Amino acid sequence: MPRKRFDLRFPPQQATKPVVYNLVKDFNLVPNILRALIQPGQEGRMLLELTGRKEDFEAGVAFLEKEGILVHPAATDIRLDEDACVLCGLCTAVCRPGALTLDADGALLFDKDKCVYCEACVVACPRRAVTLSF
Amino acid sequence: MAKTWDEINARIAAGEAVVVTAEEFAEIAAAEGIPAAAKRVDVVTTGTFGPMCSSGAVLNFGHSDPPIRMGEITLNDVEAYGGMAAVDTYIGVTQPSRFKGIEYGGAHVIEDLLSGKSVRLRATSTGTDCYPRTDIDTWVTLADLNQAYFFNPRNAYQNYAVAVNSGDRSLNTYLGTILPRLGNATYCSAGALSPLLNDPTYRTIGVGSRIFVAGAAGYIAWEGTQHNPNQKRDEHGVPVGPAGTLAVIADLKHASTEFFSAATFTGYGTSAFVGIGVPIPVLDEQIAATLALTDADLTATIYDYGVQRRSRPSLGQVTYAQLRSGQIEIDGKKIPTGPISSLPKARRIAQELKRWIAEERMELTRPLQPLPQPGSQGVKPLEVRTEEAI
Ligand code: SF4
Ligand code: SF4
Repeated sequence: MPRKRFDLRFPPQQATKPVVYNLVKDFNLVPNILRALIQPGQEGRMLLELTGRKEDFEAGVAFLEKEGILVHPAATDIRLDEDACVLCGLCTAVCRPGALTLDADGALLFDKDKCVYCEACVVACPRRAVTLSF
Repeated sequence: MAKTWDEINARIAAGEAVVVTAEEFAEIAAAEGIPAAAKRVDVVTTGTFGPMCSSGAVLNFGHSDPPIRMGEITLNDVEAYGGMAAVDTYIGVTQPSRFKGIEYGGAHVIEDLLSGKSVRLRATSTGTDCYPRTDIDTWVTLADLNQAYFFNPRNAYQNYAVAVNSGDRSLNTYLGTILPRLGNATYCSAGALSPLLNDPTYRTIGVGSRIFVAGAAGYIAWEGTQHNPNQKRDEHGVPVGPAGTLAVIADLKHASTEFFSAATFTGYGTSAFVGIGVPIPVLDEQIAATLALTDADLTATIYDYGVQRRSRPSLGQVTYAQLRSGQIEIDGKKIPTGPISSLPKARRIAQELKRWIAEERMELTRPLQPLPQPGSQGVKPLEVRTEEAI
């Protein structure tokens, strides 16, 4: 079954609604929350992976948008510009899933399968060597 | 068995000197013992490549016709200092662009100059009898400039802090993003390859030493700003926190973007990675003993940047070997670590400097004047005073 990643932004007043529950119950979508930052009274953000049928995606996304949530397809590719990279290793300090690591010689290892597209490295890299594409 | 500077330089001139990097020296010392290593090796090279905010370049543009006494100066919209002679300026790496902010700063201007790009120079002036022009808008390249040289008031910090954050929000700092609730630890030193950790009491490194600066052969011009030889030291005499620093000078025209890279730290500012390498003569067993120290012997102090005061609380010490393992422990909590200073680049610099000495026969220069020694001075804080209190 197809699987897609979505970048959800919740306006402050919407942040505590249990929309994920509706996606399962009403739209037969299987959610996998990759990352979420949701606090009452503040804009929330969730990186959500959904598995389901095509028509269920469309209905599910329409439901989220009706609830006032901004839905964008999440980044699907991440690129490292090796010419710009100086191998400082700073990105490895913020990559919680361990997609970016250093080997014993200080070479940068990048395991794309572990990446959750959280953008932490994009913001942290002093050389702006990492970019996400959608 | 002691060697003199002259003996070592004679061996370099004859192409017979044994030159190795600090990492290679530690291996030789471990295998053969310090006395044998001290006898066999003549020069040890070091290297470091980290963000060094106190860096910048002196530039001279030459005179236009009619001439201008430049007052307000920008290079690619980054302000440069206009308080010197008519067409002299200093551009500092941390100066942000007027329009692009910290995403493009003085460091990026210097990197663009180094890569041969044309940079837009604009300046205004009030106009004088001898300098009638009041504004100029033109393009310059590094080759066009009469003089262009780095003058970096503080480079190559001898050791540095390890940053953690006990607070509950992420901090954007010059040591990168420090995650809340001790979510990570960042550190910034080349460890066993770091120039001043290899000669901790500045016996061979001083004013006038010829060194590697961003790919060019340059010199140590003076003690660096905030040079603090009085930092606490371990049993080897090596500081356990930020201590000595170097002010360096080198020709931009011989430098390379391979060893100078602009940097932007989100939420903090612009800076530049600067590559510095210092050669150290193996004069005797005493200096050989510190040259042989490895990352497992060198320690750094952990500071809590969650406490936003001048004096941040220390959370103990860790070795560079622990930091490099990718994880340290504080109070039983495992914390992932990330460096800021590039190990591969530091190695590359030490190797390049080794080539300069072994193959190009670059001789070592004996310091003309020593750097301030341990016991001589510390760093003073800045007190906030009112006029009445003076
Ligand atoms: S976006 Fe960057 S920091 Fe986030 S998981 Fe992927 S590689 Fe790691
Ligand atoms: S932070 Fe950027 S420059 Fe540093 S190692 Fe990671 S990708 Fe390379």
